[in-house]
Amino acid sequence: MRRPQWVNAAILAAAALALALLPHVYGNQALLFQLMVYLALSQGVNVLYGFTGYLPFGYVGFFGIGAYGASLAMLDLHAAPLVGIALGGSAALLLGLVLSPLLRLSGAYFAIASLAASQAIYLVIANPALQNVTYGPYGIQLANQFDPAASYWTMATILFLAIAVVLYIRRSRFGMALQAVRDDPVSAAMAGVGVVRQRISAWMISAALAGAVGGAFAWQTSVFYPDAVFTLSISIFAIVFALFGGVGTLLGPIFGTIVLFGMYNAIGISDPQYFQLIYGLLIVALVIFLPDGVASLLRRRGIHVL
Amino acid sequence: MLYALIAGILFGLYYALISLGLNLSFGVLRMVNLAHGDFVMIGGFAAVVLYTVYHVHPLVSLVLAALAVFLAGAALYYLLVPRISRTKDPEMISLVLFFGLSQVIEALAVVQFGNNEQSIFEPVFGTQPVALLGQDLPAVWVVSGLISLFALVLVYLYLYRTRLGYATRAVMASRDEAEVSGIDLHRVSAIAFGIGLGLAAAAGALAPFMLGGITADIGTGLTTTAFAVIVLGSLGNPLGTVAGGLIYGVALMLMQTYLPSWASLLPYVLLLLVLLVKPSGLFGRQVRSA
Repeated sequence: MRRPQWVNAAILAAAALALALLPHVYGNQALLFQLMVYLALSQGVNVLYGFTGYLPFGYVGFFGIGAYGASLAMLDLHAAPLVGIALGGSAALLLGLVLSPLLRLSGAYFAIASLAASQAIYLVIANPALQNVTYGPYGIQLANQFDPAASYWTMATILFLAIAVVLYIRRSRFGMALQAVRDDPVSAAMAGVGVVRQRISAWMISAALAGAVGGAFAWQTSVFYPDAVFTLSISIFAIVFALFGGVGTLLGPIFGTIVLFGMYNAIGISDPQYFQLIYGLLIVALVIFLPDGVASLLRRRGIHVL
Repeated sequence: MLYALIAGILFGLYYALISLGLNLSFGVLRMVNLAHGDFVMIGGFAAVVLYTVYHVHPLVSLVLAALAVFLAGAALYYLLVPRISRTKDPEMISLVLFFGLSQVIEALAVVQFGNNEQSIFEPVFGTQPVALLGQDLPAVWVVSGLISLFALVLVYLYLYRTRLGYATRAVMASRDEAEVSGIDLHRVSAIAFGIGLGLAAAAGALAPFMLGGITADIGTGLTTTAFAVIVLGSLGNPLGTVAGGLIYGVALMLMQTYLPSWASLLPYVLLLLVLLVKPSGLFGRQVRSA
């Protein structure tokens, strides 16, 4: 598993270069921003599902709480956007801590419980009864903070950090411990791995990441309704992108996001229902023919995927 | 108060009908069918279309939809499930698979019926309220409650009084042991899966009356509600589902009476509470947690 340091350094440099050059290659910055959002979220799913086997259907809950945490910090505390995003990430981290008992559940129970949690949070935030606190169903207005360029570079930085974290996890003791826990928790515990602590760490990392991404998204979008940041399709996109490429690798989710998000933009905007149809069929086909993602095709030919 | 209780019991029976199928398919497959709610939606649209175009009585559509979906469900089982049982992580993969399926069904429904809510507005069950324990209730609620009860009794008889039902319960208890004792695993599972979806479609045919209307996107919410109900009453325990449905129905009616703006939170909060406090549900035997 261990690779020399320079490989990681080269990957990070390539990622930084790609992120810096992207806006010069492709002009539609709003689209690039969304692409980066999903690149980061699919890495967050990757950290959790790829390394611990927990499938977070309610992942969007962290994204939404991050968006709201950041927005409310900017609106009510008059925080600077970057501080707001940090607070949004912290809000997600806190939520992750509160929800960490969910990790006691196994398999499908966890997936659906996390989904229920995200919907419960959405219904609380969008509740008309809490309009003075969360602005209820009428959404958030950050128009005076709007700064597409700065928010774009913030998002790029967050994505860069996410890639660095996944690279670190893949080669560190921590990552090995996580994979050991995923494959066989009992044996891992016998070998001295703190099963619960490792799982919670991965859960919190992935929560904080989604929260920060949500904060950056709120800043970039600046006007949004609660359902825009809590829609289940955000979770599902992130999960499917990650699965398509292959979880447990760094490049798999990146590849999956670029290909599928590109497809989404080619057909999704004009005909949403046909897109949903094609997308659903694609998911079914993916699961039946390629359950371990595109990365497994390469791996079968003996090519190591980073 | 009494009104809310009685209405809650009727709705509870109805929610038990929605949820029982999910419990059956979970029991035999050990997979959560995330597309369950979409089959409720199919049943609903079937009833609406058959009524508005051909003037078929919704109760007839209920039987037709249930039968058609039963056959489709059994076929779907053979098409999908044996393949994913062979993968590394069938439980997770099946979640994604059934999610994809629900997307396909939802998209097809939008293409066919549009995004707007559809319903049956004519009073097919009469306009006379039915008096029950001194409370006047809409006739459809009582009819739906009784039909749900009837369907639940049928399922009970199937599970506990027929050979195939015995085999189904054996598969629910342990797939491996059932297989080595000579039970045709796939046949039993396919039938149970089909029945599960058929029940969902039957419940769907009543949805225009009980849920107010049918939209293409009600599936996900219904699946979560159904999951809350079956977890409440313990997974793999059909009778528990009835109890779970009743508790849910009464709680829902009480919430709608006293805290209407928070009522939509109920299924999610209930689900989280049960999972965290007592994941085995109220009537379960073994705990399934890591």
